[in-house]
Amino acid sequence: MPPIRREPSKAEIRREQMLAAINYPIDWLEERSGLVGGVRYFLFRKVPSDTNWMQTLGSASLTAFIVQAVTGVILAMYYKPSPHDAYSSIQNITDHVFMGWLVRGMHKWGASVFIILMFLHMGRVFLFGAYKYPRELNWIIGVLILVMGLTEGFTGYLLPWDQTAYWASVVGINLNGTAPFLGPWLAQFLRGGQEISGDTLSRFYSLHMLLIPGAIIALITLHLYLVIRLGVTSPPWSKEAAGRDVVEEPAPVRTGLTRPAPHASSGGRD
Amino acid sequence: MHQEHGPAPTLWPLGFAVGIAVALVGLIVNPEWIATIGAGIAIVFGFLWAREATTELRHDVPVVKAEVREMTPAEAAAVPPAAEGEAAMPPPQPGERFPRSRFLEGATLGLGGIIGGIVTVPVAGFALLPSFLDQKGHQVDMGPVDAYPVGKWFIATFMVDPKEGEVSRRTAFVRNNGAVGNNVPSFTVISNRCAHLGCPVQANGPTGAILGEKNVTEHTKNGSILLRPVVPAGFGCPCHGGQYDTEGNRTAGPPVRALDRYAFDIKNGHLVLLSTFSVSHVVGTGGQAKIYKYKEAGPGEHVDGPEQWFYPLQPPHH
Repeated sequence: MPPIRREPSKAEIRREQMLAAINYPIDWLEERSGLVGGVRYFLFRKVPSDTNWMQTLGSASLTAFIVQAVTGVILAMYYKPSPHDAYSSIQNITDHVFMGWLVRGMHKWGASVFIILMFLHMGRVFLFGAYKYPRELNWIIGVLILVMGLTEGFTGYLLPWDQTAYWASVVGINLNGTAPFLGPWLAQFLRGGQEISGDTLSRFYSLHMLLIPGAIIALITLHLYLVIRLGVTSPPWSKEAAGRDVVEEPAPVRTGLTRPAPHASSGGRD
Repeated sequence: MHQEHGPAPTLWPLGFAVGIAVALVGLIVNPEWIATIGAGIAIVFGFLWAREATTELRHDVPVVKAEVREMTPAEAAAVPPAAEGEAAMPPPQPGERFPRSRFLEGATLGLGGIIGGIVTVPVAGFALLPSFLDQKGHQVDMGPVDAYPVGKWFIATFMVDPKEGEVSRRTAFVRNNGAVGNNVPSFTVISNRCAHLGCPVQANGPTGAILGEKNVTEHTKNGSILLRPVVPAGFGCPCHGGQYDTEGNRTAGPPVRALDRYAFDIKNGHLVLLSTFSVSHVVGTGGQAKIYKYKEAGPGEHVDGPEQWFYPLQPPHH
């Protein structure tokens, strides 16, 4: 008896057309760039099944940085980095620009959130042993991101140009100046001269919104590349260490990804 | 089943940490002996730790096997072995050279380097040098000498560069010491920049209304100079508690030297402040004081003692 082929219903035809309309631009992009495949690879790559909520701290830090970047761009539209206008432009943002108080508050408090999340992320990586071979380079890049984040805090603190900002920057710059040998030169470079002046304010603004964020974005890109390349670590209590199904390998001296699989009868992890 | 064990955890870092802890405690309690002993412990254990940690490196280099995954038959079929199939490029003929590609490679690198240099050198110079070149000195007209009665202290605030505005406002503590020796006028002009980290030092003593004296404002070509009478017992810094006597000598707290002073000149009967210089300490008072002068140094930098060797080259000052 031949199989019965029925005509597709109108709803089914419409569904097909909808899918084709959605897929067409995606296919167009994929055919010319391969980007869709790349994003799929990033989103659907394999991670250990027993990953932990602690392992979201890195993405949380990234989110905090993106919040800082976006709110910073908007604040830069209203802020004026000159000694005569800086303080009054901040007052204007806080008191008069629509929702300015909110965006400035997000940027100010978000700065601390970003730093705190980076430290928590660092603690998680340390306690999970996720800095070990072959991920040492990613630890180093992470430390550079942390240093850059702290430098953002230092340069951003001057911008309100009030008494707290001014004297905190005087003390901070002079602290740098007490470093042996090159300290006085570093301090004079940061001040843009022998004394704090309007030049100091505008150069801190430039460092704060152009140079250091650029460096952080580049370092985050490298950081994520290495995370994707090397994979996510299992928690230390994991029952499924990487390479566990490799049988009868001679024990390598270094442990890590190449850690040999303990025999099922040995009971313990090592 | 035979199981390789990793090396046992080393205990040397504990000894190292104990040494560091002893050294740090010693720095507070007894820098001479306990800190030295702690440093010794840290060095010995640090050496042992480094020796153990590098054992692997100083012997045979371990072979680390890469993590591998077997290809599925379908994958293996899709990728023929490298030895099979056609060569991607014919092997070079004997005697064949590649002068053109070599030339292009060299030209790309060379021209790229030259263009990069042409762009980078001026930009880097523009970024770095203006902080160090043309550091102009200032002269601040502080008003007629008569405005400063002999023996009285004033808190003087003034703008070093009125064009630059409030950011150039400075404060100095000024006292007219009267004429000294061969009728040479003598002033004590102490900068209020703390020698610790640069916070504004305050006069410890009554000012203005409490003294029953009025503030004076002098109008000079540097704008208005505010003179507030004060009777200081000394000077103190609000930030970290540095204390100084009335000659600017450090008496307590973290500062590493005495307060800086302004050089001065008398021009047409006016007191004129010149650039500042650093002072390690002052012996004596007023016109008879012996001031141990040094080239202007940043706050927190030692100008005397062995620590001065940490700052051998000062950036250009006015």
